[in-house]
Amino acid sequence: MNVLECKNLYKSYGTGRYVLENMSLSLPAGRIVGLLGPNGCGKSTLMKTVAGLLMPDSGAVSVAGTPVGEETKALVSYLPERTYFNSWMRVGDLVEYFADFYRDFDSGKAKGLLSDLHIDPSDRLKSLSKGTKEKVQLILVMSRRARLYLLDEPIAGVDPAAREYILSTIVGNYDPDSTILITTHLIADVEPVLDEFLFMGYSGKILRAGTADAVREETGMSLDALFREVFRCSANC
Amino acid sequence: MAWSFHERAPVYVQIADRLRNAILKGEYSPGEQIPPVRQLAVTAAVNPNTVQRAVGELEAEGILVSRTTQGCYVTEDAAVLARAQQNAAKKLIADFARQAGELSLDRDTVIHMLQEEMTDECTGM
Repeated sequence: MNVLECKNLYKSYGTGRYVLENMSLSLPAGRIVGLLGPNGCGKSTLMKTVAGLLMPDSGAVSVAGTPVGEETKALVSYLPERTYFNSWMRVGDLVEYFADFYRDFDSGKAKGLLSDLHIDPSDRLKSLSKGTKEKVQLILVMSRRARLYLLDEPIAGVDPAAREYILSTIVGNYDPDSTILITTHLIADVEPVLDEFLFMGYSGKILRAGTADAVREETGMSLDALFREVFRCSANC
Repeated sequence: MAWSFHERAPVYVQIADRLRNAILKGEYSPGEQIPPVRQLAVTAAVNPNTVQRAVGELEAEGILVSRTTQGCYVTEDAAVLARAQQNAAKKLIADFARQAGELSLDRDTVIHMLQEEMTDECTGM
């Protein structure tokens, strides 16, 4: 059974233009997949739809065989592109908050990751830098034992050293039963951790898919170089 | 520290090269177990399936031997390791010869310079 199944998804924001137009996608278990595409092509819309935060106009989305809804929130761990926590909360409060909310949350793991990144649980969120807030959010999301992780730009705001640590954490979290879908513009950084990539053009059209190593073998280009080529001219998108 | 990769070859090939070099340099001795794939993946910040593919390449070359459920070991077959060392040296020299050729140096000059360099290397100068 596929961890994620999208069938003939349509989504518009009422502007007469489809952000996702007849989009279909299947992801099996045990993969780390990069969802790569230009700004505004529908990556975040797709993630929000899979997370159950947006309703598609039509089409079906299911996670581990269950149609997206209340039940799938227990299966999906979603990292939004923006932080949504209340700034008066302390980091430690958030760990408890997540432990209350999600049965699959591992507080011990979260505390270990926080200490590795020298984040003090007694600090209030408002006292943290933007990058540190992003690290906290990623730690919370990765400390769940979910079937599907949706990471929307997980490393964009953090320094290169933390980026490495975060990518190692993602790899260390690898589990044959779960799948991780990552969007990013930092393709060169993320390429080594991916099993597969998807190039998404406008309206959610999948233009190219495969493994990064196959791209290198067949075209002699890195994924980053191929991305620049595929999305260079707007006629292709 | 995550490993860095250049753009010119698939990542699994670069991982295989790196592990092969570590073995030929004696960082892992014959009969020694190499770290499990998962641990290598986390250290290198590379997908575990990519690391597995690199390990598979070295198994195919006979440099690594897997014992079911017990991980991977460096072969104790001296002939296999000697051959791997020969191949690595050949590749290095082929690259060197090609690049020296691109500089349009004449053959005797290159050989002479190489001999001098290697003498310096041996006397620690």
